[in-house]
Amino acid sequence: MKHKVATTVNGRQHEHEVEPRLLLVHYLRDNLGLTGTHIGCDTSQCGACTILVDGKAVKSCTMFAVQAEGRSLVTIEGMAKGGELHPIQQAFWDEHGLQCGYCTPGFIMAAAYLLEQNPNPTEDEIRKGLEGNLCRCTGYVNIVKAVQSAAKTMSATPAKKATVTAGGN
Amino acid sequence: MAVTQLVGAKIHRREDPRLITGHGHYVDDLTRQGTAYAHFVRSPLAHARIKSIDITDASKSPGVVGVYTARDFKGLLAGTHPAAPAFVAEKKFVPERFPIAEKEVTYQGEIVAAVLAETKSQAADAANLIQVEYQDLPAVMDLEKALQKGSPKSHVDGPDNVCWDFTYTGPEITEAAFKEADVVVKERILQNRLAPVPMEPRGVSADYEGFDKKLTIWMSSQNPHFIRLFVSGAMGLKESQVRVVSPDVGGGFGSKISPYPEDYLVPTLSRIAERPVKWTETRTESIQNATHGRGQFYDCEVAAKKDGTLLGMRVVQYVDVGAYHGTFGAFQPVACLMAGGAYKWKGISARTVGVLTNRVPTDPYRGAGRPEATHLVERMVDLVALELKMDPVAIRRKNFIQPEDFPFTQNFGLVVDSGDYDKALDKALQLIGYDELRKKQAELRKQGRYMGIGFSTWIELCGFGPSAATAPATGGIALVESAQVRVTPTGSVIVYTGTHSHGQGHETTFPQIVADQLGVPYESVELRHGDTAEGTAFGYGTYGSRSLAVGGVAISKAAGKVIDKGKKLAAHMLEAAEEDVVFEHGSFHVKGSPDKSKAFGEVAFASYGMNLPEGMEQGLEAVAYFDPPNLVWPFGTHIAVVEIDAETGAPLLTKYAAVDDCGNIINPMIVDGQIHGGIVQAIAQALYEEVVYDEDSGQLKTGTLIDYSMPTANEIPTILLDKTITPSPTNDLGVKGIGEAGTIAASAAVINAICDALSPLGIKHVDMPASPDKLWKMMKEARN
Amino acid sequence: MIPAAFEYARASSVEEASKLLKKFGEDAKVLAGGHSLIPLMRLRLAQPAALIDINGIKELDHIKEDGQKLRVGALTRHVTIHNSAVVKAKLPLLAEIASEVGDNQVRNMGTMGGVIAHADAAGDYPTLALMLDADIVTNQRTIPARDFFKDLFTTALGPDEVVTEVVFPVANGPHKYVKFRRRLFDWAIVGVAAQKMNGGWRIGLTNVGPTPVRANAVEEALQKGAKAEEAAQHASDGLDPAGDLRASPEYKKHLARVLTKRAINQAEGHQ
Repeated sequence: MKHKVATTVNGRQHEHEVEPRLLLVHYLRDNLGLTGTHIGCDTSQCGACTILVDGKAVKSCTMFAVQAEGRSLVTIEGMAKGGELHPIQQAFWDEHGLQCGYCTPGFIMAAAYLLEQNPNPTEDEIRKGLEGNLCRCTGYVNIVKAVQSAAKTMSATPAKKATVTAGGN
Repeated sequence: MAVTQLVGAKIHRREDPRLITGHGHYVDDLTRQGTAYAHFVRSPLAHARIKSIDITDASKSPGVVGVYTARDFKGLLAGTHPAAPAFVAEKKFVPERFPIAEKEVTYQGEIVAAVLAETKSQAADAANLIQVEYQDLPAVMDLEKALQKGSPKSHVDGPDNVCWDFTYTGPEITEAAFKEADVVVKERILQNRLAPVPMEPRGVSADYEGFDKKLTIWMSSQNPHFIRLFVSGAMGLKESQVRVVSPDVGGGFGSKISPYPEDYLVPTLSRIAERPVKWTETRTESIQNATHGRGQFYDCEVAAKKDGTLLGMRVVQYVDVGAYHGTFGAFQPVACLMAGGAYKWKGISARTVGVLTNRVPTDPYRGAGRPEATHLVERMVDLVALELKMDPVAIRRKNFIQPEDFPFTQNFGLVVDSGDYDKALDKALQLIGYDELRKKQAELRKQGRYMGIGFSTWIELCGFGPSAATAPATGGIALVESAQVRVTPTGSVIVYTGTHSHGQGHETTFPQIVADQLGVPYESVELRHGDTAEGTAFGYGTYGSRSLAVGGVAISKAAGKVIDKGKKLAAHMLEAAEEDVVFEHGSFHVKGSPDKSKAFGEVAFASYGMNLPEGMEQGLEAVAYFDPPNLVWPFGTHIAVVEIDAETGAPLLTKYAAVDDCGNIINPMIVDGQIHGGIVQAIAQALYEEVVYDEDSGQLKTGTLIDYSMPTANEIPTILLDKTITPSPTNDLGVKGIGEAGTIAASAAVINAICDALSPLGIKHVDMPASPDKLWKMMKEARN
Repeated sequence: MIPAAFEYARASSVEEASKLLKKFGEDAKVLAGGHSLIPLMRLRLAQPAALIDINGIKELDHIKEDGQKLRVGALTRHVTIHNSAVVKAKLPLLAEIASEVGDNQVRNMGTMGGVIAHADAAGDYPTLALMLDADIVTNQRTIPARDFFKDLFTTALGPDEVVTEVVFPVANGPHKYVKFRRRLFDWAIVGVAAQKMNGGWRIGLTNVGPTPVRANAVEEALQKGAKAEEAAQHASDGLDPAGDLRASPEYKKHLARVLTKRAINQAEGHQ
């Protein structure tokens, strides 16, 4: 039996009838066409599918779409506003925090949550905050640098911070 | 823009804006209208006879378009899986491989049936209803046992389990060296089997348009032209009827070079079903089915003099080929040819034995044979140093090939093009603070703590490659590279290359080269790759650190031809002799009269007009092939520092320094990124990762990322980088490859550090991965 | 990978959840954080006929101080536990353990009740519940932790029984959880929790058997005045752990001893 799921994704409302077994990540990719959220594993290790659900970082492969009923979601597509990159995106670009780019949306979303919780993290706190995300290309060196750099930018311009969880255009 | 501004500059990557905003195009992001979804049923057993396959229930399952077994593909796919000669010219037994098993399955994960359905979930549901009856056969897992007479066979109809047994140089070549020796050290060195784990698993979508007889394949590949070659051949189509598009590729590390069964089956399913078909690999399928790397062991002996002079080496490599010969599986024996490393030897004897087992095939994985060679020689040199109570730095310096020796012909006739190994070593020692570390180590040892410092003075051959070497290795196609540079009437430039980035940033670095050379704005140069319908006639792909040293040079040559034509035309326009026209900073002018000039854009526009010099065709474009005269030879020194917990055996990597030399650098940011990633991938091999199968049943025990321990950001130390620059004399850009360097270097540094740490206990050698339980057990036994 | 199809129902109260469980019978499963269940379903190693989603039962998401007890609702997320001022004040060891379960994303979803009911040998909360004599409260009864964990993935829960809260004693003396693992987000190869309370020590071990283990012999030795190092030698008494890819049985026993010493010493502020 299908169930109704009504969500707000990146500020836009959506309503669909879905099978209960539909994973949230498949809902985003296949039903909403938001293919920026990636799938890198079957067991909740890699974090490529990380999105924000009511402001909290969640692995969207380990949640059913029906569980998102009534929730507000932000995906990687919701981070840049009006053609302007989010400071975390800008920092990943500036610091060469990505190579193949496949894990990147998940890292950016995990970093957004991390910096929301802890705006001035130490290097160790950044590494720990990203423990739920795997990258094969970068050796994490420049990812950590990117998050450090984003933290600096965001604390210098607090207005930027609000965009992390506002989830709307 | 001035010539020197782009090459060598940290230019932000062009690929990134789409990738950081979620607008990349990976293969699973694309879905054709009317797509049916494929799901493959795979053998749960490592080795078995297929007695029957019952598809009755599956065929009736909701949404099912069709259920297919081997016989449905028999008439539609011809030939066997390609197995390149690579570095082993003669093979003993190469099992036939059809993309779907009919009678016998030979590894866990081998495809036995395919389901097509309207949705992904319906395909998965139906696949679960297929009943396959198997008759279990003994699984061949242990390489040594597999070589014994009377061993069960990995393929029941095969003669035995020997895929190859090839001697490059016999022991006689080392006899004199071993006679002269004061010391001989021996060791067996293991290379753990690894899963490549690109973050994007593979995926194939195909649309066969029957009335047009045209096939388009979208897939995640490092190598689209080779896939076109193989798949068109197997499907009985002309290469010209097939288009392979590889959009953004989420990492490859070697695992997306060779064709896979799904690369044939998905297009054939599209042909059968007359609609687009899509298949996306799951991580579980990927770890089980994507080709693995390494999976070898080496028996090695080294002879040396008391003063540390290295004399001779005898090495036998045993390669776990897996159940079938990987397309480039015989590349790994290059480890034998590189076993001498950065040192001079009187003689090296080398033999490689490829053993068929009931595991998934092995194939190149980042570094492919060269990490194994480095690990081998760097370990052996340390063992000699230990035996002679020499400092590992001193023994290396004593035996290095010297700067004045280049070009240096090594023991297997390969010509090392350039190097300055002491220089990189000096810099690395400084970077890590070697003298202080040794003092600290002495203090810690007094406190009963186990701290170690490990070296890897690595060299690499890459940039595949020269036609003389590579055409025989592939079975006829030389791994040269071609490029096309096209200038539009308004002076913008489109560059086509046959290499294909899967994270290396070619869209950025190749335009850097061209913009400098043509003196046009960087923004007006676009790179196109990854689509066989566009650009070069044939592309050779990205692997073996070849893209810049072969493909980049081809691009530069094509740009040179564009300039040559531009000169002719400019001379005509300026009414000057061609030899009097010079091209500088984006404009053609007459020697000695800089005011008599035509800008590049003006010449481009004119080339599409009239009044061209006699015999000149319109347009401004050029194709170039680059057949490199030699391979290129990067090198460097890596130093790792570890401390091992005396009670738990847990190794903690505390410091890591790397000084690498890849010749001239196009974009230092990208070079550093490649080194970081490469190092961490090798640290992962040294400390964390191993594909483990049950030794009896052949069942994969590390089938998910829960058990396959790819490290997170928390297991990685700070990595210090520095460089030396020794331009390669092999190509005009003076460049060498850097994509694999970190991986080639790092495992030896880490393991040497662990062995150094444990040397007070008398432990001489540790195999990978050096896990806490393994180290604890060794330490416990050593203490008793 | 895609799970097999199942019926889905949201419960808005514990009673409703219990009714729904009854209705769907033995093949129904409770969905809380889902971080153990959903991966198993994706691999089709679990194929429940129905999922009863209890995420909407707000009263199960609570942390309450109740005299000398700390009541943690079954639906309380790891992140809430480790950030809770009450937990930090009344049972800081629980906050410490919660901060080391999985990773940020997992901690935002995973729940106390889920970990307890799943009864994975490598689960961290079961160790704490057992060693502190916590009570597992269900919609039907209160089960002492020592009677709750029966075997690997096996508990005393009946088919329509739902864990509603876990009641821990207050303990804010010296404490430490030492979780030994290869990667930061891994499950424990071996974990040891030490808590000083009521003048004695409680020591619990994770992943050294099919259920959590209370190291009685260590506690007794400490009671008799043994030093941490001596007492810790008893941590492996009676253990018969299964070996796995990461550790042999011998190594796990060794780790139990070493980590017990470290947990006690670190709890006391040494090292």
